[in-house]
Amino acid sequence: MKLDKLKTGKSAVIKSISGEGSLRRRLLEMGLTPNTRVMVRKVAPLGDPIEIFLRSYELTIRLEDARKIEIVEVSE
Amino acid sequence: MKITFALIGNPNSGKTTLFNQMTGSNQHVGNFPGVTVEKKDGPVRGHKDVTVVDLPGIYSLSPYTAEEVVTRDFLIFDKPDAIINIIDATNIERNLYLTLQLMELDIPIILALNMMDEIRGNGTSIDIEKLEQELGIPVVPISASKNDGVDELTHRAIKCAETKAKPKKLDFCSGHVHNAIHSIAHLVSEEAETAGLPLRFAATKIVEGDKLIMERLRLMEPELDIIHHIVGDMEHHLNTDREAAMADMRYRYIEKICSAAVIKQGQTKEHLRSVKIDNVLTHKYFALPIFLCIMLLVFWLTFSVIGSGLSELMTAGIDAGTSTVDHTMNHFNVSPALHSLVINGIFAGVGSVLTFLPIIVVLFFFLSILEDSGYMARVAFVMDKLLRKIGLSGRSFVPMLIGFGCSVPAIMATRTLPSERDRKMTIMLIPFMSCSAKLPIYAVFTSAFFTEYKALVMISLYVMGMVVGILAGIILKRTMFEGSPVPFVMELPSYRLPSMKSVLLKMWERAVDFIKRAFTIIFIATIIIWMLQSFDFGFNMVGNTGNSMLASIGKSIAPVFAPLGFADWRAATALITGLTAKEAVVSTFAILLGAGDPSSVVSLLSHIFTPLAAFSFLTFSLLYMPCVAAMAAVKREMGGWKSAALVMMFQTLIAWIVAMAIFQVGSLIL
Repeated sequence: MKLDKLKTGKSAVIKSISGEGSLRRRLLEMGLTPNTRVMVRKVAPLGDPIEIFLRSYELTIRLEDARKIEIVEVSE
Repeated sequence: MKITFALIGNPNSGKTTLFNQMTGSNQHVGNFPGVTVEKKDGPVRGHKDVTVVDLPGIYSLSPYTAEEVVTRDFLIFDKPDAIINIIDATNIERNLYLTLQLMELDIPIILALNMMDEIRGNGTSIDIEKLEQELGIPVVPISASKNDGVDELTHRAIKCAETKAKPKKLDFCSGHVHNAIHSIAHLVSEEAETAGLPLRFAATKIVEGDKLIMERLRLMEPELDIIHHIVGDMEHHLNTDREAAMADMRYRYIEKICSAAVIKQGQTKEHLRSVKIDNVLTHKYFALPIFLCIMLLVFWLTFSVIGSGLSELMTAGIDAGTSTVDHTMNHFNVSPALHSLVINGIFAGVGSVLTFLPIIVVLFFFLSILEDSGYMARVAFVMDKLLRKIGLSGRSFVPMLIGFGCSVPAIMATRTLPSERDRKMTIMLIPFMSCSAKLPIYAVFTSAFFTEYKALVMISLYVMGMVVGILAGIILKRTMFEGSPVPFVMELPSYRLPSMKSVLLKMWERAVDFIKRAFTIIFIATIIIWMLQSFDFGFNMVGNTGNSMLASIGKSIAPVFAPLGFADWRAATALITGLTAKEAVVSTFAILLGAGDPSSVVSLLSHIFTPLAAFSFLTFSLLYMPCVAAMAAVKREMGGWKSAALVMMFQTLIAWIVAMAIFQVGSLIL
């Protein structure tokens, strides 16, 4: 499952990040590394981007970028 | 002993607040050479020989953005005596990611653990000694906004610099990454020394695949082969790639430190409050209306209530000054040329620009509050989708919106954009947003030609500006700013009360910046225009602008506007004087057409324009290069005359093409 498909309020654990270059590097640097827990906090009013919660802070990423993040959903 | 500190940290870590606390208002603002990345420095209060340099807020020392490259070059080649690394204690894991990279630079470093007031108020505790032990560097808990612990930080940072206490540990790595870093370090030690790079830093950057560092090391083919082999081996064993391996290794180490030193890191009540505020401000249905209301309020307060009041006061002051000087000069029988220079050139020119000042100051007061409170990031979150198509992010929305008021503060506001590319591109698009100084032109022309469709013509001009802006954005995205934009992976910081000190300092900084320009670039430009307007080519003063050099220039460039439908020299001349300030277009027409008062301009304009040509003229006025004050701002923010000149040509060319197209197509239809 990819992060862009995770419903608002649900949590997941990151498996891997695909893609390349500066975007991927930035995602890793911001703490989206394998085994990190993330939660989708909300979707922007226009439907994109999304706001996620990880490592006790909020981050916003676009759906097309979230599609590059492989996750496994976890129950609360 | 002279000491230089480099202050560095993530965006939103409270870095600027700490910088302000350390230096007071004694700051010097400039740019790093060659780029539009801001650099601030100032002496530390109470320590004359100690300077602190405020570096850009960054998350990592990667080679992808101008900010990051500038920062690491500064640290490596300017060699500050110590690094003060400020980190947000409520967000410690991600903040430490940069710390681990800074420690590799072989420079004494001290950690300022900020926002400790929020930590203490929530039952969370951070074991400072344990943290110092684990990291091998001094750690000082502070609260920059409350000025708590800042003196101790300064004191210990000076000590750190004097004793040249470098980080005690460097081995955060383990297993295969460890082996790779050490093998490569061994391999490139000579090259690193020749290139002046800290060895450990060079080695980890090679493992990460940092092209800039690899080039700087001038590695030979055999070494590159071995490196390729070492990295390949590591990737194979870890079953991942080099970048992920390094990031994973650093975060694992950070998690280990935090589990040892941070106890019960639940969500703080400030954070929970922030989430609640955010539920309203970025609400699915309320977010846009709330944003519109906030911006309308800011505009209304700035341009109508406070700003215009202050502007009137300013105008009154300048008028009083003008008439005093005028009387004095009359009294002493000063020559008419000098009299005109002082009154019509200096006082009128710089005076009209200075009336912008209150608006700029007030606008930046509100903008700083929006920025420092964390709301600006939410606007970017909400608006991102709209701006993505033209290759920008939601961050550029507010500066563009301000462009409808005045391009000058709008261009200055781009300084808060996190990437150089976005800053430059936004600056190039802002002047297409019709600024309020163009309103008098629209008003006169619509009364003269489009009495029945006044509102429609006005609105069509505003919309046309936006449409052209969007098209220009798409063109720029495909040409000048081709290639991958800086990724939009943006932190949404917790809402915090902005510190009044920071807000006022920022206001002051912008005001000084603007005044400096008003008395240099803008001053010279207005004098030149005054000269052209008041003399003929024999340098005899002319009574009527119609005989001046300016009019001659107008006459010679007028044919350029023939395809646009207004090859009249008076129109060309008015467009030139419009460069001092756009409203000057109207007053120039009044003079050149011999109109006694503005209302009679309306009837006289129909002598030189057909309605279609008038609309074409309006289009050109809307889109052509901005006034001197805005140009000066472009030059300041783009970092040089060359790029500023390019922007001006770009703008004027687009204006010419669009107005020409409108006139030609219109002529066919009508």
